[in-house]
Amino acid sequence: MNERKVSRPRPLSPHLQVYRPQITSFLSIMHRFTGIILALSTLLFSYWLLSATYGPEKFAIAQTVMSSWFGQSVLCGLTFSVFYHLSNGIRHLAWDAGWGFELDRVKITGWLIILFTTAMTVLTLVAAYSASGKG
Amino acid sequence: MVELTLPANSTVKSGRSHPAPNGAVNCKTFRIYRYDPDTGDNPCLDTFEVDLDSCGPMILDALIKIKNEIDPTLTFRRSCREGVCGSCAFNIDGTNTLACTKPISEIPGEIRIYPLPHMPVVKDLVPDLNEPYAQYRSIEPWLKADTPAPTRERLQSVEERERLDGLWECILCFCCQTSCPSYWWNGDRYLGPAVLLQAYRWIADSRDESTGDRLDNLNDPFRLYRCHTIMNCTNTCPKNLNPGQAIGAIKEAVFRRT
Repeated sequence: MNERKVSRPRPLSPHLQVYRPQITSFLSIMHRFTGIILALSTLLFSYWLLSATYGPEKFAIAQTVMSSWFGQSVLCGLTFSVFYHLSNGIRHLAWDAGWGFELDRVKITGWLIILFTTAMTVLTLVAAYSASGKG
Repeated sequence: MVELTLPANSTVKSGRSHPAPNGAVNCKTFRIYRYDPDTGDNPCLDTFEVDLDSCGPMILDALIKIKNEIDPTLTFRRSCREGVCGSCAFNIDGTNTLACTKPISEIPGEIRIYPLPHMPVVKDLVPDLNEPYAQYRSIEPWLKADTPAPTRERLQSVEERERLDGLWECILCFCCQTSCPSYWWNGDRYLGPAVLLQAYRWIADSRDESTGDRLDNLNDPFRLYRCHTIMNCTNTCPKNLNPGQAIGAIKEAVFRRT
């Protein structure tokens, strides 16, 4: 009986399944997620720039892709990612300099980043669409 | 490695239900993780309805009442019942804290109690803590000095002693350790917030003379630098300590000496 018990591995206690979402870990995984998105976006921008070197027809195709509803949603997501990764990156620099570890500061700066990212994304999109509307 | 789901032998089934005694009016529902190593079955979630009119105010009071009056096989660690021993650390209502200092009244609705997250379970709410204890041992948590011992105690100024405040109060309950996603995914090599806070407790001690060796031991991509300043640790500490800040201070000390 004891042998059977020893051979049976112990179960792993639940983790992500039961841990209540925390603003701390949510903002942290968002930083990594937006970082990956931004790294991948360099491919998109390389394609856009390179297409111009292949002549007007290729560039026109790239423009069509970028201004399709799919391309526009990707660019909206990238706008959000840029501002999120930028502001949270500054927050990480402050931590590296030893500032902002107190729990109330962690939460205040966290909410400030959400606010800043949302505001700047909306402002950028409003500016971009009103400019393209005029053009 | 990152594994978002539980292994097949660890998924939680629904368990037995223990309704409230007749005549109880002020009832609270507790859903408690159960695992019996003797049966070999998967863990399950048992439901207990507890009459709060005959129960103490804290989560631990309810657990003891359940063990005494409803199901004596319910297994959990507890000792001091006043937040200084660190035994009764569980995942309560989604975050890690001590059952003895968490009032039942702070949690609306039913109360879910699981063992500390992402640990091997010995039985019910008892996790196997051998790995974090071994990691604690690895940071050599004692005063190391080469200078001969003075005839009386090693003296410290008031300011030097104050640098240990916020560090010495840690009771090693491992609430922070098991709240850290980085420790979940890399617990075999990353020391985790509780152990690193203890490491800093000796780095910050003016009487300790092996700061260099301690920093050498920690300066490692996994042991120290798997901390990504997620800050779940500080957010969950039942003693209101700041492991995230202590880890930041270790990183700064490693940086400053080079």
